[in-house]
Amino acid sequence: MTVKLTILSAVGSLIWGTLLAAMRVSPVPLMRGFGTAYVNIVRNIPLTVIIVFASLGLSDVFGMTMGAADDFDTQSFRLAVLGFVVYTAAFVCEAIRSGINTVPVGQAEAARAIGLTFSQILGHIILPQAFRSVIGPLANVLIALTKNTTVAAAIGVAEAALLMKEMIENEAQTLAIGAVFALGFVVLTLPTGLILGWLSKRLAVKR
Amino acid sequence: MTEVSVAKEDVAATGDLVVLKSVNKHFGALHVLQDIDLTIARGEVVVVIGPSGSGKSTLCRAINRLETIDSGTIAIDGKPLPQEGKALARLRADVGMVFQSFNLFAHKTVLENVMLGQLKVRKMDKKQAEEKARGLLDRVGVANQADKYPAQLSGGQQQRVAIARALAMDPKVMLFDEPTSALDPEMINEVLEVMQQLARDGMTMIVVTHEMGFARSAANRVVFMADGRIVEEAVPDQFFSNPRSDRAKDFLSKILHH
Repeated sequence: MTVKLTILSAVGSLIWGTLLAAMRVSPVPLMRGFGTAYVNIVRNIPLTVIIVFASLGLSDVFGMTMGAADDFDTQSFRLAVLGFVVYTAAFVCEAIRSGINTVPVGQAEAARAIGLTFSQILGHIILPQAFRSVIGPLANVLIALTKNTTVAAAIGVAEAALLMKEMIENEAQTLAIGAVFALGFVVLTLPTGLILGWLSKRLAVKR
Repeated sequence: MTEVSVAKEDVAATGDLVVLKSVNKHFGALHVLQDIDLTIARGEVVVVIGPSGSGKSTLCRAINRLETIDSGTIAIDGKPLPQEGKALARLRADVGMVFQSFNLFAHKTVLENVMLGQLKVRKMDKKQAEEKARGLLDRVGVANQADKYPAQLSGGQQQRVAIARALAMDPKVMLFDEPTSALDPEMINEVLEVMQQLARDGMTMIVVTHEMGFARSAANRVVFMADGRIVEEAVPDQFFSNPRSDRAKDFLSKILHH
């Protein structure tokens, strides 16, 4: 469950984070304003608050069921993914934006000079180079996300932390169980960091 | 080459290609372009020279609106420069630009650099675009580097690729913003030769440069700028042997005698 939660949230937050980054560098003031406000609000709210709000606020108060009204577990899971995407996207956005700043101005000027439009420049020139320079920071965000998924226990999603809590209650082997779960997370996150670190070296743009 | 014949047809249809009228621009308190009037005819090669900070690069960049202007008008082929947006992108496609720092797309191969504009702006099909790109790379003498990345090339090779990239759009006019200023001395000539050839083929060119030799041999007209103004315009022979203004005499005495 932890892995599924992480992967879905990672994909969602990468997409939404990239869109937010595009908004933050766009020539339209309204979009820039929205992007900036979004990042500054969302990244300053504790994740637990967002996740609990997704569960209590969205589903109980506004009746948002994510297409799974009858199945409480599926509903909680989907709301948790939504919460993680909303939260992590703010960090993804900032990582990508810092990557955009590493791309020399001349690249965009040359692209403008051959007649590419803003979205073409972003899609073909700026973002591909920006991504490659922020694979390292994105790995951080991804690892943080993997560990953050434990917060979903708060709304009853059966991920690792909830499982651990139940096992400890049942077995009383606190230290051993704790160690196993800690190791489990290291097994998940360590390769993530190593693979992405290797990728960032391999794909680095030489200037 | 097909591009050559296109360029020659353009020459036949005479007229003014680039027209600047009382153009003004400020950078804060600095009045960097002051009442610039300049007309460039089809097929003409105009070299802009002058001391650094005289506004010549800004002038060059204003022509395809990489720099905005505060007042005045700039028209290319009878059409005034549009504001931002798709119309501006279309116009820029018709104006080739070569930068001092090459600005090749660092994450794309040489061939992809030359093909990108054809594919995305001109909507050409891939095979045609590649054929044309290889032809142009051959023309600027770097055909054997097509699959390398820009960082693997020397400065002179990169700049020639940048020229090919601009030519791939079949531009009506080419802007060169100090194309040889970032190059090692032994690489300057290979770039200048490509530009000479282009000038002989009838391309309309506006060249900001410090290469007086190029100005003498390739220019139809020399524009001398100082302190944001056009101080003097003349044919190269007259300008270099007999400059009228004191400012130009002073400039030439500093650069020609050592």
